[in-house]
Amino acid sequence: MPPRTLYDKIWDDHVVDTQPDGTSLLYIDRHLVHEVTSPQAFEGLRVAGRKVRAPAKTLAVVDHNVPTSDRSKGIDDPEAATQIATLAQNAKDFGVLYFNERDVRQGIVHIIGPEQGFTLPGTTIVCGDSHTSTHGAFGALAHGIGTSEVEHVLATQTLVQKKARNMRVTVDGALPPGVTAKDIILAIIGEIGTAGGTGHVIEYAGEAIRALSVEGRMTVCNMSIEGGARAGMVAPDDKVYAYLDGRPMAPKGEALAAARRFWDTLHTDDGAHFDAEIRLDAAALPPIVTWGTSPEDVISVTGQVPDPEQIADEAKRLSKHRALEYMGLTAGTRITDIALDRVFIGSCTNGRIEDLREVARLVEGKKVNPNVNAMVVPGSGLVKVQAEAEGLDKILVAAGFDWREPGCSMCLAMNADRLSPQERCASTSNRNFEGRQGFKGRTHLVSPAMAAAAAIEGHFVDIRTWG
Amino acid sequence: MDKFTTLTGVAAPLEIVNVDTDMIIPKQYLKTIKRTGLGTGLFSEMRYKEDGSENPDFVLNQPAYRKAQIIVAGDNFGCGSSREHAPWALLDFGIRCVISTSFADIFYNNCFNNGILPVAVSQEDLYKLFDDAKRGANATLTIDLEAQEIRGPDGGVVRFDIDPQRKAKLLSGLDDIGVTTKEKGPAIDTYERQAAERRPWL
Ligand code: SF4
Repeated sequence: MPPRTLYDKIWDDHVVDTQPDGTSLLYIDRHLVHEVTSPQAFEGLRVAGRKVRAPAKTLAVVDHNVPTSDRSKGIDDPEAATQIATLAQNAKDFGVLYFNERDVRQGIVHIIGPEQGFTLPGTTIVCGDSHTSTHGAFGALAHGIGTSEVEHVLATQTLVQKKARNMRVTVDGALPPGVTAKDIILAIIGEIGTAGGTGHVIEYAGEAIRALSVEGRMTVCNMSIEGGARAGMVAPDDKVYAYLDGRPMAPKGEALAAARRFWDTLHTDDGAHFDAEIRLDAAALPPIVTWGTSPEDVISVTGQVPDPEQIADEAKRLSKHRALEYMGLTAGTRITDIALDRVFIGSCTNGRIEDLREVARLVEGKKVNPNVNAMVVPGSGLVKVQAEAEGLDKILVAAGFDWREPGCSMCLAMNADRLSPQERCASTSNRNFEGRQGFKGRTHLVSPAMAAAAAIEGHFVDIRTWG
Repeated sequence: MDKFTTLTGVAAPLEIVNVDTDMIIPKQYLKTIKRTGLGTGLFSEMRYKEDGSENPDFVLNQPAYRKAQIIVAGDNFGCGSSREHAPWALLDFGIRCVISTSFADIFYNNCFNNGILPVAVSQEDLYKLFDDAKRGANATLTIDLEAQEIRGPDGGVVRFDIDPQRKAKLLSGLDDIGVTTKEKGPAIDTYERQAAERRPWL
């Protein structure tokens, strides 16, 4: 057999059938379901009299719509309440395990999958949500799907797919202190652009990726979709095995030993072909801030808001002018002179325990700037419990952060957490689109460390020299 | 999913290019838990005035087109977000066929998953069909999927191309799930048995 990439191997291992034109039927090992993109899929099954083919391979959770305030007394927004009640009923009717809004295991779908050991190396994982790419950190093939496809997977445990191309992004060297996984992925998107990965699955490799924790790799894989890729992945290693050790749904004993032998084969063979290759030097990376309304609008914290007049392509120039106007910024402004109204720490990009530890470490004994409203939304109930056991909540609250219940929250502002028009926010989430965090809200994407320091100072600061 | 064989109906002319899915169904309608009922939101920002009353200038509000089953529209129909609410809204209103020179990828796929026929024609044919459509209820179009032709009110015929697999899917009314279950059921069973031996921990 010719040398294969990690993606090739997982793909080959899951093909049920291939048509002459290359259209394949791919077997799906793990299906995550949330309240916003699933109701019509379950309705479709019901109308057609179909069942969920493999309920044990399906896990449902409520995350997008839930309020992050105390929800023990029910949910105020009637439409959200309906979507949530519908998921509860569907999970019950179709025999799917479901974590409701009062379950400690509840949280953002891409955080709870790994946390439960539901996400495993070498598996195919789908969810009606584009950030399913997060799970690629475990050496899985994981991507988002549409609602008809959700229904197709529920009914058949398969997905109709054409194979994507292989891209490798190698990040050599060691990250400087203060520069994080979030800066790596923002730099990559800045390099390839939001359509750079279109039609590809990205494998992240190199010394800097290997040096990241599993959580850091999740941050990188999470934003593969912002680079246009179908999925992103990292070959599994001992760090992944250690992360999975003892997780409720991960294999144990004999089964684990067999799994390990298989997982050890999950790496790209020497000489395997990549259709595209990108290389970055980690040592040269600064902390990064986005200045516009696309995740590719990145700049070093030491830089200035760029001047769109320098762009030759007219359509692109106009769109960047529009982005500056929307963001209320002028070309040439120093990034560290941008004052903030809000700070949001959370989301499936950066709402895990290591992110919260980093924020707490940086703000301990300090005070949030009086002009800033800062909130921390743990990615899951278990992250919240862990943080509280470590006393992180006390540190954060003492510093003036708002400590919330878990969910997607202000990442997409489908619940009550949102920016007011023109409010400016440093956010650890993944999308800075117009209106993403609230109508006319202005989002700057940054790492948790950069967000923490900005909360204290009231404007961006270079985390490498701060404190 | 309803079969699509032959459709004879009124065609509404929508002379706009780049009709995006936000225009087809704006985001305030996405909190629904149903695929049905979205017809009221179809093109709502163009169809209703700010006070919620109908905008009489919009084509689907004009008496001749209130029961249109076909839309004839400008280039690049269905661009923007991947929301499947767009074809759901069209279908719920009663639209079974959209004719344009080109379609955005995801929208195009989504149509076939919902029993809607998107027909791509040349610019020249599109102008001709706009003319037919502008004659309203006096000039119905017949879309014959089997024969791959559109027959106009005055005997004019426009031929169109379509991928054979997708054509078969619409003609049979079998959605992907129907096709997969019917044709690939045994292969999935076999795969599951073999995978359970290879990877018993899953
Ligand atoms: S946290 Fe944000 S990006 Fe992640 S699943 Fe929720 S809404 Fe999507």
